[in-house]
Amino acid sequence: MSEPTTASVRPAGGSGLPWAWIGVAPFFLFAILFLILPTAFLVVGAFQTADGAFTLQNLRDLSQPSIVAAYWISIQISAASALGGALIGAFLAYAAVGGGLPAWIRPTLMTFSGVASNFAGVPLAFAFLATLGRTGLVTWALTTWFGFNLYSTGFNLLSFVGLTLTYLYFQIPLMVLILTPALDGLKKEWREASSILGASTFQYWRWIGLPVLWPSLMGSTLLLFANSFGAVATAYALTGSSLNIVTILLYAQIRGDVLHNQNLGYALALGMILITGFSNIAYIWLRGRAERWSR
Amino acid sequence: MKKSTFGPWLAVVLGAAYFLIPLIATVEFSMRMKRGEYSFEAYRVVLGDPRFQASLGYSVALALVTIVIGVLLVVPTAYWVQLRLPKLRPIVEFITLLPLVIPAIVIVFGYLRIYNSESWLPLTDSARGTDLLLAFGYVTLALPYMYRSVDTGLRAIDVRTLTEAAESLGAGPATILFKVIFPNIRSAILSGSFLTFAIVIGEFTFAALLDRPAFGPYLQLVGANRAYEPAALAIIAFVVTWACMGLIQVFGAARGAASK
Repeated sequence: MSEPTTASVRPAGGSGLPWAWIGVAPFFLFAILFLILPTAFLVVGAFQTADGAFTLQNLRDLSQPSIVAAYWISIQISAASALGGALIGAFLAYAAVGGGLPAWIRPTLMTFSGVASNFAGVPLAFAFLATLGRTGLVTWALTTWFGFNLYSTGFNLLSFVGLTLTYLYFQIPLMVLILTPALDGLKKEWREASSILGASTFQYWRWIGLPVLWPSLMGSTLLLFANSFGAVATAYALTGSSLNIVTILLYAQIRGDVLHNQNLGYALALGMILITGFSNIAYIWLRGRAERWSR
Repeated sequence: MKKSTFGPWLAVVLGAAYFLIPLIATVEFSMRMKRGEYSFEAYRVVLGDPRFQASLGYSVALALVTIVIGVLLVVPTAYWVQLRLPKLRPIVEFITLLPLVIPAIVIVFGYLRIYNSESWLPLTDSARGTDLLLAFGYVTLALPYMYRSVDTGLRAIDVRTLTEAAESLGAGPATILFKVIFPNIRSAILSGSFLTFAIVIGEFTFAALLDRPAFGPYLQLVGANRAYEPAALAIIAFVVTWACMGLIQVFGAARGAASK
């Protein structure tokens, strides 16, 4: 890991610890001011009344039906787009890495994935309105060529299904980007050894491929979950405030205190941190497990 | 072992369709502005809109400020951690990953409470102060990408030997950093910078909640009020994203070639 240390001594490093710490002081100051303190303020505020006294009432108030519904639909959309993105992305990554396709496919796919995973926010909402909106191209094509009116089935872009389909546009490529290195870690020798010993493709995946890959698969899925859970812009541009997801609710709360309780707003934020925090911690833990095989 | 490539091809074709159809639809939609014919009318309207130029100009300037602050913050830190404080690496890495854990909307919510007009550091009192706060916010958002890019670049060179060589020639810390380390990890810094640019240019949540006239809120406003212009804007935003990613590839390739 570390580069071969030359025989020379550490450069004039005897001047002690404080001097060495000054080098990272700006970074820690920045992190405290613009990352830790703002978050800590909300976390503390979630446990306070308007007068600053300690309370758990804000957390209890999160159980209002409208707030629970907001969390729930956010979790559903994030889970659906994470699972869908992970599944499709994994197949796509596998097709490019181990599918025996021409060599140009892989770099092309990686470049496209890099672009698409960053093509989120407001413009993505516009693109899907032009595709699956009431006058969108795909809606029109389905009606004209197949006589199938998408909107007569109750489909609506400004809904659970619509938002999930839209999120998949950046979730799938993100999965491709995260999973490709893990797929590269599947050594060819394992495949060859298992087939020499008479294993079928199914047996290979059941007993070797998936057990090695599953921490990466699970971890990536959790990362995708957190990725869409915190997203605001696409949903806001697509649905305005008509879809009650938790980020939109928090946005409205920040703008105009729609909950009529500032501290309840802090509790709402705390709930989001806990959910994304949990899925990220699980991701980091699983990645640690996955890396055991990559050396 | 002969494998069928039908399944892989199918996956790639379906993936390509999912990626391309919305783009084609958006291009088509953006050209429908004039009744009965395809035209670039929507692009003409958008590009001629003074608010488009103003908001894009604002976001480009902000992105550049963000990149400068981010590079000056991240490079010395990553260099110092690698050289002198390797024990701190896990802590620093953990902090740089926090912006992926804490949703952006939560971070900006905290800013609005901590840096409002009644606080000890009332950054949101003035337009300039809010601009600065927004830039710091974007540095935070870009931190995971910038740090990872720079750290990878630093690992690829022999930081210790370079530093010792420079010191033995009498260079001070600033000279070492700017004349030795920066040029050696230039392509890593550039990759991080283009990624930062792509993130900042269309960002909505921070800019909207801090009420600054950036490109993201402008996009949202046009989307809420117009029919065809949003599609044209989406294509323009896509081209910008594509350009940033393309430049990252170009500089990544340059790095690969240079190290041979």
